[in-house]
Amino acid sequence: MTSPIDKSQLISKLESILPSTSILHQTEDLHPYECDGLSAYRNLPLAVVLPNEIEQVQSILKICNELDVPVVARGAGTGLSGGALPLSDGILLSLAKFKEIIDIDPVQRVARVQPGVRNLAISDAVARYDLYYAPDPSSQIACTIGGNVAENSGGVHCLKYGLTIHNIQQIKIITIEGELLTIGGSGLDSPGYDLLALMTGSEGMLGVIVEVTVKLLPKPESAQVILAAFDDLIKAGKAVGDIISAGIIPAGLEMMDKLAIQAAEDFVHAGYPTDAAAILLCELDGSQAEVKENIKRVQHILEVSGATEVRIAQDEAERETFWKGRKAAFPAVGRISPDYYCMDGTIPRKHLPQVLQTMAKLSAEYDLPVANVFHAGDGNLHPLILYDANIPGELERTEDFGGKILELCVEVGGSITGEHGVGLEKINQMCVQFDALELTQFHAIKKAFDEKGLLNPGKAVPTLHRCAEFGAMHVHHGELPHPELERF
Amino acid sequence: MSKDNSQQIQAHILDAYKIKKALKICGGNSKHFYGHEVDAGSLDVSEHKGIISYEPTELVVTVRAGTLLSELETTLHESNQILPFEPPHFTDKATIGGTIACNLSGPARAYNGAARDFVLGSRIINGKAEDLKFGGQVMKNVAGYDASRLMCGAMGTLGVILDVSLKVLPKPETEITLAHQCDINQAMYNMHQWVKQSLPVTASCYDGSQLFIRLSGSDSSVNSARKIIGGEVIENSPLLWQQIKEQTHNFFKTDKALWRLSLSSNNPPLDIPGDTLYEWGAALRWLKTDSSSAEIREKLETVGGHAVLFRNNTSDTPAFHPLSDGLLNIHKKLKNAFDPQNILNPGVMYKDI
Ligand SMILES: Cc1cc2nc3c(=O)[nH]c(=O)nc-3n(C[C@H](O)[C@H](O)[C@H](O)COP(=O)(O)OP(=O)(O)OC[C@H]3O[C@@H](n4cnc5c(N)ncnc54)[C@H](O)[C@@H]3O)c2cc1C
Ligand SMILES: Cc1cc2nc3c(=O)[nH]c(=O)nc-3n(C[C@H](O)[C@H](O)[C@H](O)COP(=O)(O)OP(=O)(O)OC[C@H]3O[C@@H](n4cnc5c(N)ncnc54)[C@H](O)[C@@H]3O)c2cc1C
Repeated sequence: MTSPIDKSQLISKLESILPSTSILHQTEDLHPYECDGLSAYRNLPLAVVLPNEIEQVQSILKICNELDVPVVARGAGTGLSGGALPLSDGILLSLAKFKEIIDIDPVQRVARVQPGVRNLAISDAVARYDLYYAPDPSSQIACTIGGNVAENSGGVHCLKYGLTIHNIQQIKIITIEGELLTIGGSGLDSPGYDLLALMTGSEGMLGVIVEVTVKLLPKPESAQVILAAFDDLIKAGKAVGDIISAGIIPAGLEMMDKLAIQAAEDFVHAGYPTDAAAILLCELDGSQAEVKENIKRVQHILEVSGATEVRIAQDEAERETFWKGRKAAFPAVGRISPDYYCMDGTIPRKHLPQVLQTMAKLSAEYDLPVANVFHAGDGNLHPLILYDANIPGELERTEDFGGKILELCVEVGGSITGEHGVGLEKINQMCVQFDALELTQFHAIKKAFDEKGLLNPGKAVPTLHRCAEFGAMHVHHGELPHPELERF
Repeated sequence: MSKDNSQQIQAHILDAYKIKKALKICGGNSKHFYGHEVDAGSLDVSEHKGIISYEPTELVVTVRAGTLLSELETTLHESNQILPFEPPHFTDKATIGGTIACNLSGPARAYNGAARDFVLGSRIINGKAEDLKFGGQVMKNVAGYDASRLMCGAMGTLGVILDVSLKVLPKPETEITLAHQCDINQAMYNMHQWVKQSLPVTASCYDGSQLFIRLSGSDSSVNSARKIIGGEVIENSPLLWQQIKEQTHNFFKTDKALWRLSLSSNNPPLDIPGDTLYEWGAALRWLKTDSSSAEIREKLETVGGHAVLFRNNTSDTPAFHPLSDGLLNIHKKLKNAFDPQNILNPGVMYKDI
């Protein structure tokens, strides 16, 4: 194994390339960086570095590579899976100072930005051209575009407009060796392998993103939202399928269950029907004529699917009110419970009834309430498990329950994470979704970029040892590549 | 017709792996002209075919790679759905595996996205004969690296695609094509302007004298856009785009080298002698020319684009744009990660991978 890291040697090397104000290594300065949005896990790094030039990032990575120091990149730290959780023997590389929007090309409809630019800041900056950046995570006022690329983030509009991967054109990364690579191109494709796809969602494991060229969309001429209430969650789920099979792709199609509705209503007074078992929010956008026509069609579909109430937002203000409740759903649930744990599984939509029923059963078994918020259109569930971290054992029970939900998602053909990433949080469930050969292939990909395993080690892809210990190693076609592991 | 031939394919690759024998992966062999000739024994994947599952309400189809593109499209049409990236066939033998392996997309690409944008998951066999599944059948999935998209455009060099899950979309209600007589500058201005106005443009092409714009969507939105754009409604809209997509249009009848240039759409016409056909809002340009590959590639590099020698490669010019040293290095390492014996389609894209 490698020898322990000499902190003073590391700091003095860093001081040779960065102003001392850009290096934090006193314990009290490190605390603000001890966790990301998954605050149940906390840890202090050896040091935090805050470069503001690409050359500095190159030098930092070269130093880390030379001294075998692990590096965790961090954007805004809003990640929900512990991806930016610092490592005790490593440095935390903050990209927060890279805040510049370098270039906006309103003709080609792209913007070139630094990684620390906030998601919403891009849309704000290009609004004067009537353009916007489509992926809109609920955290968009805070999260950075670099973090979005690293997580392949989505938002309420990704049913129609896609995830981060569909909305970026080029990135620049620094490898662990300190080399600057341009991935993607100025046009719609680039030669060779699709490294842009590989980097997107790679959770800081393959390289550090130092620049992103995003695609921009023209603001639709018109957008309208319908709110439909249901006395039964299953009926609401079916209505989602009915809209899509009618050939309509809504800009957003979201669902909330009773507990989520009530929490949101108490918090922001969006006028939601609090006696409903579920509500659907369906946004349609496009030309005025098209929106008008589709609103009528969707209204009809919802009525036929058994909605107890269908409301169409009458103006922009009401449209915003309808959305306000949905967008504030997480903090709203935060008000009714000391703590909550946000899950992020995806399923083929048709299995929604079965998954909801099983989840209700598990909720009773674990004696932990669940509020459900879904990106219903694309089958992305966000069950919020309500718990109290101060009650001994409750966090562990919550994690167990959450793990069961994810395993259920895999069982019905879905995934353990739709947009929040694996990080540290879902590392065990990776052993359920992938078998040993597949995980080994992932490790080989990582090695192609990061031979020594210094970039965010221990996250995103579990070792086979870890899976063997977790007891979920799947044997594929009766063969295990490392039979010696069975003794674990 | 449906048949699961995965075990035979796997066994074939395992044999080749053991004795380090190169394989040339053949789908319908319809794109044989694309890339470099692979000097190796062939591995026929066209028998591994059939639609495994198709759920119109889920907008997802899972198919075996040897399925004919035409068969897949026919099935989708029956449920009023389409492959939104509008892939070219080139011949009636084209398979979905070959299409994904080449990441081929048609006229709608600039507006709907490329083949890779619609790949949700795949099952592959890598160069060690390992049967691997990545991604899935759901719209959102960020567990693990996106190895299924990585297969798009890798031309089989990282793995043989067995099955692929694709997102599909409803077929637009109406489609019309409008023609405008104009010069290239006006054409480029219009192509950008109309998209910026959020009009339902789904294809564009400038052939040297006319600009063609396809509008698709609901009757109402196509009609209102038609009034804004103006111009002549052409008689057979599907035929025009078919000819462009399949390269049966007169422009493509040539013995000269045919180059595919991909670059930022707002670049003015490039100063290279020859004839150009513009697509994708001017982000894709087909060039018939006698100019040297060095001249063409140098020009493209200065604007951050790339040039593929698509057809009529009479010398031994590399078909694909050379990679920078840094990227080539990563490509070699990735190739080694998937196919350490270098047996899958070696050299089809680049020497050494
Ligand atoms: C209230 C709330 C709501 C949310 N809603 C959504 C939602 O709707 N949709 C959604 O997808 N997510 C959502 N998230 C999750 C989170 O906001 C996203 O994952 C976001 O993309 C993280 O960005 P960040 O800048 O905070 O990244 P961080 O949390 O700092 O980092 C996330 C990961 O990316 C890596 N990383 C960060 N920057 C870089 C870089 N420059 N180069 C390489 N790696 C890097 C880190 O190492 C880490 O692994 C939500 C979070 C919160 C707290
Ligand atoms: C640049 C270019 C030019 C072309 N020019 C012509 C032309 O002039 N005339 C014409 O008729 N066709 C042409 N083609 C068409 C092309 O050969 C095929 O039509 C197309 O790729 C579709 O599928 P296929 O099944 O026929 O693929 P194939 O031609 O069989 O294969 C295309 C590529 O994909 C790989 N591949 C195929 N199946 C798989 C799989 N399951 N897993 C992994 N890799 C796979 C092959 O090894 C090959 O590299 C051209 C293609 C390209 C890319």
